Amino acid sequence: MSEGYILQMKNITKTFPGVKALSDVTLEVAEASIHAICGENGAGKSTLMKVLSGVYPYGSYDGEIFFQGKKMIFKNIKDSERAGIVIIHQELTMIPELSVTENIFMGNEIVEKGLINWGEERKRTRELLEKVGLHINPNTIIKNLGVGQQQLVEIAKALSKNVKVLILDEPTSSLNESDSENLLHLMLGLKKQGITCIMISHKLNEIAAVSDYVTVIRDGQTVDGYAVEAGRVDENKIIKAMVGREIGNRYPEHTPKIGEVILEVSGWTVEDAKVPGKMLCKDSAFYVRAGEIVGFAGLMGAGRTELMRSLFGKNMGIFKGGKMKIGGREVRINSVQEAIKNKIAYVPEDRKGLGLNLLDTIRKTIVSANLDKIKTKGLLDFDKERAASEKYKDFMRIKCRDVGVGVNTLSGGNQQKVVLSKWMFTEPDILILDEPTRGIDVGAKYEIYKLIHELADKGKAIILVSSELPELLGMADRIYTIFEGKITGEIAAKEANQEMLMKKMTITA
Amino acid sequence: MKYIKKVLGEDLRQYTMVVALAALIIIFNIASGGKMVTSSNFQNLISGNAYVLVLALGMLMVIVIGQIDLSVGSVAGFASMVMAITARQFNLPWYVAILIALVIGMIAGAWQGFFLSRLGIPGFITTLGGMMIFRGGVIWISNSISVPVPSELKWFGAGYLPEWGPAFTGMNNSTLLLGIIAIAVYVIAQIRKYTHSGDITGKKEAFWPFAVRIGIVAVVIGYATWLFGSGRPGTSFPIPGLILVILIILYYLITERTPFGRHVYAVGGNKSAAELSGVSVKRTYFLTMLNMSVLAAVAGILFVGRSTAAGPADGTSWEMDAIASVFIGGAAVSGGVGTVIATMVGGLVMAVLNNGLMLMGVGADKTQVIKGFVLLAAVAFDVYNKKNRR
Repeated sequence: MSEGYILQMKNITKTFPGVKALSDVTLEVAEASIHAICGENGAGKSTLMKVLSGVYPYGSYDGEIFFQGKKMIFKNIKDSERAGIVIIHQELTMIPELSVTENIFMGNEIVEKGLINWGEERKRTRELLEKVGLHINPNTIIKNLGVGQQQLVEIAKALSKNVKVLILDEPTSSLNESDSENLLHLMLGLKKQGITCIMISHKLNEIAAVSDYVTVIRDGQTVDGYAVEAGRVDENKIIKAMVGREIGNRYPEHTPKIGEVILEVSGWTVEDAKVPGKMLCKDSAFYVRAGEIVGFAGLMGAGRTELMRSLFGKNMGIFKGGKMKIGGREVRINSVQEAIKNKIAYVPEDRKGLGLNLLDTIRKTIVSANLDKIKTKGLLDFDKERAASEKYKDFMRIKCRDVGVGVNTLSGGNQQKVVLSKWMFTEPDILILDEPTRGIDVGAKYEIYKLIHELADKGKAIILVSSELPELLGMADRIYTIFEGKITGEIAAKEANQEMLMKKMTITA
Repeated sequence: MKYIKKVLGEDLRQYTMVVALAALIIIFNIASGGKMVTSSNFQNLISGNAYVLVLALGMLMVIVIGQIDLSVGSVAGFASMVMAITARQFNLPWYVAILIALVIGMIAGAWQGFFLSRLGIPGFITTLGGMMIFRGGVIWISNSISVPVPSELKWFGAGYLPEWGPAFTGMNNSTLLLGIIAIAVYVIAQIRKYTHSGDITGKKEAFWPFAVRIGIVAVVIGYATWLFGSGRPGTSFPIPGLILVILIILYYLITERTPFGRHVYAVGGNKSAAELSGVSVKRTYFLTMLNMSVLAAVAGILFVGRSTAAGPADGTSWEMDAIASVFIGGAAVSGGVGTVIATMVGGLVMAVLNNGLMLMGVGADKTQVIKGFVLLAAVAFDVYNKKNRR
């Protein structure tokens, strides 16, 4: 065994019926380093990590895993955790109704004479929280913590298991900027303590900031590896390796054809349904024109989603006041049904939780928001349904074997195209896209961007909500910034830059 | 195997319960010395179990929206008891009596739908309350005494189709006509499907799988027609069976071919996504619960028609048979999954078990035990299958 590597995965091949998910992948991770893995969605990153952590037991794949120089045979997650390999999933796996202590020692309770020693557990929890820089009471109930803090508790839990290799699957995807920074900082701290981190990430700037080495995976194969020197990586090179083609520009070229004002909102005020007196939106006013892409920039919790969902049929919070005009005519919309009738469509940020019924097929999903359109004599017409779904499959370039397959079989990018199709099928004039490219790989993002441009060219008014400032700068024609429920600025995208926007997104005045 | 898939479609697992049902019938027929597959036994099987299958139709939709209804037996008993008492007291004609039962079902359903949809109280609790309220109500208003129902109702519970026309057919001509209609409808549907098969994809499918399908269905329906139609004179395919068939067609259309049906599956699959797609979750909850109780009233009518009187214990634990039918039919406890046809097959499995074990002289105690095991086995098999698919 070569020196210096804490972990070596050699010639890993994993096949599912009909698909080769991994073929001959080799991954070597140096001790006490931060090793980034990147690749498109569906490239095989998660599968590789599942092989490593024993989710796919030894024998269900080909190849070998060496950990600290010894060959490992993991039959389940318990085995890999015992060895010191802990994975933290993208979706957090804690029990919201239980306390921090209970969650950290879940399945690992400190037991004396058959009873849990709470005093000891709390003491250890306090120490662990200290290590991850979280200053909270160990009795705090998990659901009362923010996502960023929950993630830190997950890491504390991993530390309680004497972790040697910590795997983080897209750790910052649901965190805001400051929480992300905090987490990356913590990773550097862990590295100093001799803990190796493997980080799966799409975010190249984060990879550059903390990692020592990047492995790129594409189509189930290791494509390339790069050492990161002095916080710099060649982003274009990595992107090229990920997608297998050079992306000259991450955002397609587009000349907007802007027409009349379609949507005009003024004085929109919404109160939080859970916290009386807290306003989610304060006196918001903005407008969107036909063919225009209007970006909304704001940090997490600024009230972007709340504003959009409130516009979409008062779907969130308690409506306190405000006017909405569509095509110059004032409308009152009190339900999602009415919003759809008024030609508004809303693509939610949480694709799996709010955008899709994962039990449904592609064809049923595409028509689901406008069933009246496929009716013949009062009954749903399957021929019309099939024709409609085939049309959108082609138009949106959805990659699937057949429109009759379940949406759960699709990759994130293709799922998002199905959601977009579903809303296009309602023939909207106003299309609200809430984080439309979240969790989607670079190649698919480009396709979604092109589709958004095509829709704008058809004269739709498009609202683009995004956490990624480069995306807003690259896609929008005009950008509003939101901070604490207030619209704090309006800038033409051509004149904007990231620093400017960030400033308006964080002013406290 | 490839050829079987061509005929039956890609998803062969949906036929496992059909195969199990056929196997049960054959096994019981052999074990009981040929007493199972006879005209009179099949007629009995259908008219004696139609009410459970009617309940299962409604229960399917309740389970698909992710709820459960424990009150159906009590509602069925209550609706038929109110019907019996008012009809006797005021000497009402049979059709008014039926109307009363249906209205009672509707009110009971609206009551429970209100608690679920407006107040957000889970169906389990709402209907647990309903189960006690309506059961207590039945015993209360009847003073624990059976009340006879108008004699015309017997036709609904145990009646047969009329006999007419020539005698040379050797069987009940109404049944024969039904059988012929059923086969004809199937043949027309298959031929239409064949002629339209290439409309969108541009590739016309081969004709032989359609022909094989038609052949199989024609033989099965033909045999059933002969079986039901050739019993002793005066018997035929039973009326409750006919009502059931009409309801099956109706609910098949509702669940598969109407926006409301789609909404039911959408709410069960992902409530939040359904809400954001413009589905009124509250309305879907309400109507599904309302519908369930109306069907419970229908089941009550069928049952008391057969037993000629409404009893204070009528409907006790019917909900369990209905729920079992739905789950044997492959529905998911978490909602969103389940079909009318599979539920009916599940219900028939339960019915055949009851009937076959009775023919073999197995007591009610052991029958109960066996049914419990079958339910577990069926669901375990289903879960195992779903796991292996991944």
